[in-house]
Amino acid sequence: MRKILSRYRYYIALFLAVLGPGFITANVDNDAGGILTYSQAGARFGYLPLWSLIPITVLLIVTQEMCSRMGVVTGKGLSDLIRENFGLRITFLIMALLVLVNLTNVMSEFAGVASSLELFHVSRYISVPLSAVAVWFLVVKGDYKSVEKIFLFACLLYVTYIISAFLVRPDWKEAAIYSVKPVMVFEPSYIYMLIGLIGTTIAPWMQFYLQSAVVEKGITPGEYKASRLEVVVGCVMTDVVAFFIVVACAGAIWSVRPRDIETAAEAALGLKPFGKYAFILFSAGLFNASIFAASILPLSTAFTVCEGLGFEAGVNRRLREAPIFYALYTLLIVVGAGVVLIPQFPLIRMILWSQVLNGMLLPFILIFMILLINQSDLMGEWVNPRWFNVVAWISIVLIIGLTLAYVGILVRGG
Amino acid sequence: MAENLLYFTELVSMPVFDLKGRRIGRVKDAAVVPLVDSRRIDRLLVGGADAWLTIRYDQVRSIELGKGISLSDEQLVPYHDDEYMLRIARDLLDQQIIDVNGRKVVRVNDVTMEIRKDHGRDTVAVLEVDIGIRSIFRRLLQGVLPPRWIRRLQARIPPNSIPWDFANVVEPDPLRRLRLNISYQALEKLHPADLADIVEELSRAEREAIFETIDSEVAAEALTEIDPKMQASILEALEPEKAADIVEEMAPDEAADLLSELTEETSAEILGEMDSEPKTEVRELLEFEEDTAGGMMNTEYVVLHENAGVIDAMGALRGNEDLLEQLNTVFLVDAEERLAGAIPLARLFVAPGGAKLQELKSEPLIQVTVDEKQDRITELFDKYNLLTLPVVDEDGKLAGVITADDIISVLRQK
Repeated sequence: MRKILSRYRYYIALFLAVLGPGFITANVDNDAGGILTYSQAGARFGYLPLWSLIPITVLLIVTQEMCSRMGVVTGKGLSDLIRENFGLRITFLIMALLVLVNLTNVMSEFAGVASSLELFHVSRYISVPLSAVAVWFLVVKGDYKSVEKIFLFACLLYVTYIISAFLVRPDWKEAAIYSVKPVMVFEPSYIYMLIGLIGTTIAPWMQFYLQSAVVEKGITPGEYKASRLEVVVGCVMTDVVAFFIVVACAGAIWSVRPRDIETAAEAALGLKPFGKYAFILFSAGLFNASIFAASILPLSTAFTVCEGLGFEAGVNRRLREAPIFYALYTLLIVVGAGVVLIPQFPLIRMILWSQVLNGMLLPFILIFMILLINQSDLMGEWVNPRWFNVVAWISIVLIIGLTLAYVGILVRGG
Repeated sequence: MAENLLYFTELVSMPVFDLKGRRIGRVKDAAVVPLVDSRRIDRLLVGGADAWLTIRYDQVRSIELGKGISLSDEQLVPYHDDEYMLRIARDLLDQQIIDVNGRKVVRVNDVTMEIRKDHGRDTVAVLEVDIGIRSIFRRLLQGVLPPRWIRRLQARIPPNSIPWDFANVVEPDPLRRLRLNISYQALEKLHPADLADIVEELSRAEREAIFETIDSEVAAEALTEIDPKMQASILEALEPEKAADIVEEMAPDEAADLLSELTEETSAEILGEMDSEPKTEVRELLEFEEDTAGGMMNTEYVVLHENAGVIDAMGALRGNEDLLEQLNTVFLVDAEERLAGAIPLARLFVAPGGAKLQELKSEPLIQVTVDEKQDRITELFDKYNLLTLPVVDEDGKLAGVITADDIISVLRQK
């Protein structure tokens, strides 16, 4: 008995040692854009779309697991590997697209900060500059370990969505049934919504961030099993949060009157009739998610780009040693936060375009990933087993098909 | 721009003409054979109709930018992968190398070469490895604009290159390292802290390759500067013999700290390979908890009998030359080896030659026992402005010393 207990303790210690990369990546995924998409789904279609969260979780796990495995085995970031195996030109193209996509993502995060705090009557001209400065300092002045702890704490704050869903008193029986019962409605807006859910869940930046974080943490092949578990748990947790967001909006908005909402703040307001706390928790969750993603995206982008193009990168370098890294990092924050303050800036249009670019970039990255992970000189015995390749290729073709469809709809509609 | 310079990006895709001026194909890659000549491009690989052909350097008549390569001998053999070749496009371009002079890891964008006249034929020699924006610019535009235009345009961007002699290729495969004549001797001259920074940047396999081959003493010094988690993974990957050699070179306290990070199996294996004297010291230190005086102390100190004089002290110092760099205190013990006093080194120099060490003792004698807690020790260092603190066992016998640099490490980790 004692032996079993000490074994158990050993595994927990191992899990804690690798805790970080997978959790953080998966949770940042529920950013301002993600929350909006889930809220829209719940507000318009109620409990119907819940079933899609299970296949989405599977797709997320399949892609994330490959990245973390590549990081563990090669000790190199994804942009490093792309550069070394596909050359400078392709890397440059991908990095240029990534900067564009992530810049618009950063804009939507700061827009999330602005609108969530406006619900508490804080002007965006105060909240956005303050958040931008805070984000800049947090990452530049902090070291990886302490920053990671702050981020892990931010992951915990997503629990606000779970509580607010309970406060709304949704129809749990319906929620349970539709979680496992796939319902297709052949209506353009429903299909569009389903594709949108996948589009916001699997994004190009995550692949880069996760792999770099795994490398930075120095996870060894010996710890890989624990690391894989961490990635899987992180992915599941993300979609559990997504579930509660959909349910909260279904209970609060759809059950009263199904309608389209345009911002996550609108969803928060929809919760107001169900009590002050439901509203406050939902809005606080939005703020947490936005600022969390706003801290990670610029850093991850600058790091990935510099890594791929061979410039010095990392917050442990001085400004003079890594000028391009800091310039890019600062630029992303300043521009991302700045445009939110420009009156009449076509932000919604920008975010739409970022989704389109996202969709154009993602296929390349997923295909590069699967090509890389099957190279035996790189991965040795850790290449994809055949069954996993089948699963991975099916997932990738599915994601690419849906993403392209999403882009098609966006371009035609926008 | 000097006319005799040639960039590798320009060489690639240059047309090759035979004796009658017929075009054979284009250059695909070029190779140095380091065992023969470390700089000269020994082979050009040309993509012909179906297979690649190999051109030896002495089969070339002329190489000219804008015109191409003319041969003087057209007996070309088909290319087969030659293990003695360092191929520029495959092995160097886009890969990471170590800039020994600049003490950092860099990514190769291009290679600058020089066309030299040699016995009436043109040969090409590698001059520099190009990193930075200028070479990225050049590579992105190569094939889009004529080479001469690119040369003119890039002139505005400051160059950033590493002389070939300071470019150290990293090759994890030991056999290939031998064939390509790659050694890491140049790294042994770096400051251990710089070497540590460099290996932290590399992938796991590359890291291990370096530690496998460099001198154990240098390896030991560099290893102590590396992140503790990475230290453990490096040692675990090395052959136990080599690991033991490195651990023997480390200060016993640091060796004990490091071994306690490893799995019991590996640490026993390494201890088994060690010489008996350092082994006993390390074993004893391994018994103590990490955050007590016993875990922090090292056993490198100079001790004298309490009746000894200044002359004896000087003699003892001469006998311990390897300790001198870190030493600032000598200790006195009585007949039972109990600690009797501490003498700052500087006092020895101003004391008359015939003086007794007893008269030079610092008062009061500050000491701790092996089980004293880390926090209390840090306090003592601060309060009494200590450089060295003696540690005694339960019988009052001198067990080891804690030095200010140990305290700095402790504080840094907080």
